[in-house]
Formats: sequence, C-alpha cells, structure tokens
Amino acid sequence: MIRLPSYRREPGVNPPNASPEYRSTLLRAPSRPLVVLPQGLTEITGPVFGHERIRPNDNDLTSQYAGEPIGQRLVVHGRVLDGDGRPVPETLIEVWQANAGGRYRHVVDNWPSPLDPNFGGCGRVLTDSGGRYRFTTIRPGIYPWGNHPNAWRPAHIHFSLFGRAFTQRLVTQMYFPDDPMLGRDPILLSIPDPRARQRLISTYDHETTTESWALGYEFDIVLRGSNETPFETDDDE
Amino acid sequence: MTMSERRDLTPAQTVGPFLAIGLLWDDGPYVVPAETAGTIEISGCLYDGDGAVLQDGLIETWQADTAGRFNHPDDPRGVTSPSPAGFRGFGRCGTDAEGRWHITTVKPAALPAPNGTVEAPHLDISVFARGLLDRVVTRLYFPDEAALNDTDPVLSTVEPARRGTLIAVGSGTGLRFDIHLQGADETVFFEV
Repeated sequence: MIRLPSYRREPGVNPPNASPEYRSTLLRAPSRPLVVLPQGLTEITGPVFGHERIRPNDNDLTSQYAGEPIGQRLVVHGRVLDGDGRPVPETLIEVWQANAGGRYRHVVDNWPSPLDPNFGGCGRVLTDSGGRYRFTTIRPGIYPWGNHPNAWRPAHIHFSLFGRAFTQRLVTQMYFPDDPMLGRDPILLSIPDPRARQRLISTYDHETTTESWALGYEFDIVLRGSNETPFETDDDE
Repeated sequence: MTMSERRDLTPAQTVGPFLAIGLLWDDGPYVVPAETAGTIEISGCLYDGDGAVLQDGLIETWQADTAGRFNHPDDPRGVTSPSPAGFRGFGRCGTDAEGRWHITTVKPAALPAPNGTVEAPHLDISVFARGLLDRVVTRLYFPDEAALNDTDPVLSTVEPARRGTLIAVGSGTGLRFDIHLQGADETVFFEV
C-alpha cells in the first residue's frame, strides 16, 4: 500500500473550455464530459527544472538586445504559493508578451504596429526559496484581434508555471489595473467568478517602483493546494 | 496557529496563438538524449472538431522511466538515478504546419497503484492551444501491453468504445498518437 499526496480540485475557478464568446473555443473545446483521473504517481510528480534552464538576461526583457526597447519600464514581482499558502520554491516561470505597441515577435502576428528591434518578449525566472520571483520588462500594449467587431485584448503578460507536480501545471495571463479593456475581454470574462478574475489583475506597487527607473507591479500566483491536513503547532492549544 | 492559510487558486487562461515565443525549447522533444539506445519516436497530429489540424498547439508529456520511477521528492519509493541516464521524463513540442508533434522517449515501466493494482505503462499528456482556456489532459497507453491495459485502473473507468482513443498505434518504427479535441473521434480527456 502506498500513500500519496493529493491535490484539491476546485471546481468553478478555471474558465470552462466551452466559452463561445471566445470564438476560437468553438471547434477546439472538447464536447464530451471529462473522466476523473485518480491522482497516481504520474500526477503527483512533475518535471523539476533548475538554473540550467535560465539563460543570461532571462530575467530582464529590456536587456536582451543591443539597445533598450521602447516602452514603460516595469519590475514585475510576486510569490508563487500553493492553495495552503505554502511558497513553491525553485520553480520555473516562463513569461512572454507583446511589445509596447501590442505586437508579438511572431510570424503570424500581422497587426500593423512595428516590431521593436530591441524587444523579443520572452523571459524565464526561478522562484527563490521563499517562492519569490522578479523580472524587468516593458508594459505590453493593447492590441486588436478578430474575435468580434472592434475587439482589443487588454494588456497582458503570459505566465507558465510547473509547480511541484503535473497536477499543479498552470498557464495563465497577468493583467494590469485600470485597463479599459478588462471588462470587454471574453478571455478574461470566461472565468465565471468575478473574484477569481480579479486574481489575474496585478497591483501597482509603489514600494517596488524605483525612482527615476521603473514602475513596480505585484502579481502572486496560487497553484493547487493539497488535501493533506495542515500541520498544526502547539500554539493552537 | 496553523502553518498554512488557504489561498484562492489563480485561474488558467489560454496560451494564445503566440506561445512559440515563450514555450518552445530546442531540446523540448527529447525526453531522453537523442543518442540513447532503444528510444521510440512518438508522433501525432492535433485536430479540431472539423478535422482541421492545429498549427499553433503545444503538447507536453510526463512519464516514469524504464524502471517505473520518478526522480522526484514525492515519489514515496525514494529518489533514484533516472534510467536510462539523462532521462528527463518531460517532453514538449509545438505542432507544425501539418499539425504534427513528436517526442523521442523510452517506454516507461508499469506503476504500482493503490489497492494493489498496477497502472499500465502510460504518458500523461497536456494539450495547450489558442481556443483552449485551460489545458486539456489525456493519457497515452502502449499497444503492446494489452494485458496490463485491460486491468489498468484508469482505462477501466473509460467507456469501452472510447478506450481506443488512448492507445497509440504502431507506425513504422515508432508510435502514432493523434489527438482529436472534438467531434466523432474525440479523444478521452481527464479531470486531474
């Protein structure tokens, strides 16, 4: 008999794949009910990546080319936690984003805003022992897309996280407060619970804002927690 | 006080059409180093509900090694050196203009499961794409493991008519595993 950790399911947090307001889902969302997968050895383990995955300047998207990119310089930071509030240390975060004009350095992005020769738009960081991460970038632009008439995506940075287990894998997007497109975006609005949507919106952080250099934004990410009973100390008594 | 406090989960969002900027690695498809003896090439196509291929999808795979072990602190049997040497367990490949993805790997061993059951050799697979707001998860089983597949505790929960969508088919010297996101041939997807 083996005993394994297990990760809580939290229905209602993630957007349903069948979200017709986001048109690309129509032919891509599975239509049959999901089969519940018991969490066995394959699901409670996952790839562990270390510093070998990080290249020089991966934590600074403004210093990957000969010159500096155009745009508002930002420091984005936060913590990666699990649903029990425990930090997720030394876990790989991958980020990618559009440039200041809302253009991605990608062959199929034909939005007529110029590429920035000094901006690639890709970064990687590892969390530290306390689950903290930090990178420097520029604020991505809002850009149009073909989903519906006059559709514009709010400014966002894509985040990919591995966590500790296959079960904790998460790909999401970080948004910015006061973006006029937040309430008009079918991708963000596909999340049913407005409080859960709010958790994807970063917070302006004046403490991190660096004088005469960069604005700070804070974005914490919470991966699935475990079903284990939390450890309790004697202070409870 | 407790050592931990409940935190509300961060919801998923789509990878979007430009995932190639951030998520493709040159060595992504190599679950084991290319020069490893006895590798198998697994490839397949990713299809939408109209049978059209996805040119902007991403496939990720995760599996045990040839001894059925995971080089991971939560494997209750203890951490071991991966077998074969250089085994990473993880594969990642974007789909190309023909919707095709591929990985180079080795066949995992069977795994112990609760209540004395045995899981047949398998890969867990995540699919990411524009139009998928959250990843979808499936499993790949091996066609030469009929006996273990018949008693696998996960496959046995799938209705018999759809189990075939989870079993790779021989293709030349390798294996083929097509994934249909939707439609008559829809692959079985799991809630993990």
